[in-house]
Amino acid sequence: MSEALKVPTMAEYLAQGKVPEVLFWVGCAGSFDDRAKKITKAFVKILNNCDINFAVLGTEESCSGDPAKRAGNEFLFQMQAMTNIQVLDGYNIKKIVTTCPHCFNTLKNEYPGLGGHYKVMHHTQFLKDLLNEGRLKVEGGKFKGKRITFHDPCYLGRANNEYEAPRDLLKKLEVELIEMRRCKTNGLCCGAGGAQMFKDAEAGDKEINIERTEEALETKPSIIATGCPFCNTMVTDGVKSKEKETDVKVLDIAEMIINAENLTS
Amino acid sequence: MQYIPNILFLIIVVFGAGFFIKNCKKIIRNINLGQKIDPIDHKKTRWKNVLRIAFGQSKMVARPLSGFLHIIVYVGFIIINIEVLEIIIDGLFGTHRIFSGLGVFYDILIGSFEVLAFLVLLSVILFWIRRNFKRIKRFWSPEMEGWPKNDANIILYFEMILMSLFLLMNVTDYQLQLLGADHYNRAGSFPVSSYLLPIFENLSESSLIILERTAWWLHIIGIFIFLNYLYYSKHLHILLAFPNVYYGSVEAKGKFKNLESVTNEVKMMMDPNIDPFAVPSSEVEVPAKFGVSDVLDLNRTQLLNAYTCTECGRCTSNCPANQTGKKLSPRKIMMDTRDRLEEIGRNIDKNGEFKNDNNQLLDNYITREELWACTTCNACVESCPISINPLSIIMEMRQYLVMEQSAAPNELNISMTNIENNGAPWPYNQMDRLNWKKD
Repeated sequence: MSEALKVPTMAEYLAQGKVPEVLFWVGCAGSFDDRAKKITKAFVKILNNCDINFAVLGTEESCSGDPAKRAGNEFLFQMQAMTNIQVLDGYNIKKIVTTCPHCFNTLKNEYPGLGGHYKVMHHTQFLKDLLNEGRLKVEGGKFKGKRITFHDPCYLGRANNEYEAPRDLLKKLEVELIEMRRCKTNGLCCGAGGAQMFKDAEAGDKEINIERTEEALETKPSIIATGCPFCNTMVTDGVKSKEKETDVKVLDIAEMIINAENLTS
Repeated sequence: MQYIPNILFLIIVVFGAGFFIKNCKKIIRNINLGQKIDPIDHKKTRWKNVLRIAFGQSKMVARPLSGFLHIIVYVGFIIINIEVLEIIIDGLFGTHRIFSGLGVFYDILIGSFEVLAFLVLLSVILFWIRRNFKRIKRFWSPEMEGWPKNDANIILYFEMILMSLFLLMNVTDYQLQLLGADHYNRAGSFPVSSYLLPIFENLSESSLIILERTAWWLHIIGIFIFLNYLYYSKHLHILLAFPNVYYGSVEAKGKFKNLESVTNEVKMMMDPNIDPFAVPSSEVEVPAKFGVSDVLDLNRTQLLNAYTCTECGRCTSNCPANQTGKKLSPRKIMMDTRDRLEEIGRNIDKNGEFKNDNNQLLDNYITREELWACTTCNACVESCPISINPLSIIMEMRQYLVMEQSAAPNELNISMTNIENNGAPWPYNQMDRLNWKKD
């Protein structure tokens, strides 16, 4: 199946003297985390299906620096950012799409101050544009009428005020969208942000991802949809700890779109 | 002799206003102890924010009940202050209800003051019940024990007393008007206090005058005491909310500031043409330290934030770390910042300049455990009705811990080493970044 994926690199494009329409910034999770890799592949499959001229940096991509910055290591963040900007500018990149809201936020908001100016989009925004331009067709398929709740990633929602793009895509999938009590501007964090993903939580009486998962499960969903590989991991762990993994799936919207078309991912 | 009340009044006004101005200057001095902020841009957006968020109270209604009650008290506060203007003119010149010449317009004014005063009184009583008898979690956090809780109640008592005095002043005045007493000309309408008339019906004219005068004097003296109480309380937000919203961030919440001092160093490190032995140009200022360990490392907006915080606790009740029992409370970050800043202010008052007191914001006020519990989710920033940003303080204190003290939690150090060595927070080789394609 995977042979079918076309994943050209910027270096290959350059060698052919061509410029892609958009750079797909895969991110660390999307490159290395087993769960997140499925999201990466689902998104690439959509791009392939829509005949989008895109490229990845491949081995030239490096951490955006987000976890370093949120941990307080401004030096490491800026080293990462400036190195990445050199690579991106070397390829004369103008437009970036990424499946990770943390990379999205950092590239979009924090790189310009260091000289990196790009049009940066989250994959749900990019897919919505494709939809509007008629380049992508999304139909309900097997999700039609299913109870689905959407978990707002903090770095897409509150951080960048994007609440509608993922919901618009869900609407196209004709799902029955059930909002959690805390959603949109009031959305509760999954617990991974601010570099928490890479450390144990401080002492408390509950893990944040459990609190969030319980709230999601209250909506009695068949699927908890997200738009962030880290949220996905946190909520998946939460669902597992509640032993609900057979009834409730945690899926990225890109995976849902691919699944709806009954293309195996 | 007949001018004694006027002179007494003048003294009260001068001392009341003078003492208040003195304390305002102290606040301004303390805020200016902070780091300079960037020049103000986006002025149009900022004024829009002031209109919408501060004047329009747009974020208060995120919680409908307390938001609605707050709007009543807020509107009452603004409108009833027109009456204070009349009281001050009357007090200084010995007139009585100087604006009564406005006729019908005056009736409307006094009538609306009455209705508002009654609604404010009602709202404040509801606030008091909510705060003291309904176990609303944000009012019972550890940081609210002691003074903060008393402070909140004192403010509510002040408002209850002031509104009651206002209505007492009006009802006795109205009764005197009905009796046709000297100087009490028929003026104003009394839609609320007219219901209280029966209580005062059987009182003699002289008792009524004593009551009316006492209520009048206590009301205006109470207002001056309350004005001066602001400085010592969390209630400064009634004034500072407006500048605070103006100076609040107008950018995407996810955009954290890039440290310029770091940029300069990183640029030098990455410039292949730089001469490592060159004499450093004098323009490049080497910062005293990276990040924040004490309040004087914070910028002026952050210090204004601290004075503006009215400890409502919406930030804390929306904080994911706090909700799951961690020590972090964004409200406490703001309260600690103000407490430490005032400690420094008192130190300067005493010594003429700041003398090292072996105290600082980090560790002595805010613990590392609190700082590391933050997920940077911006829920606190989003929920503040007056644009306070506790997250920026947390982030800058983390910067100090990591860049000055290398004191990050060990797992974070490991992932940062990974980022440095192989460009990912996990120990995977950068050369394997495209392997997902083949899996």
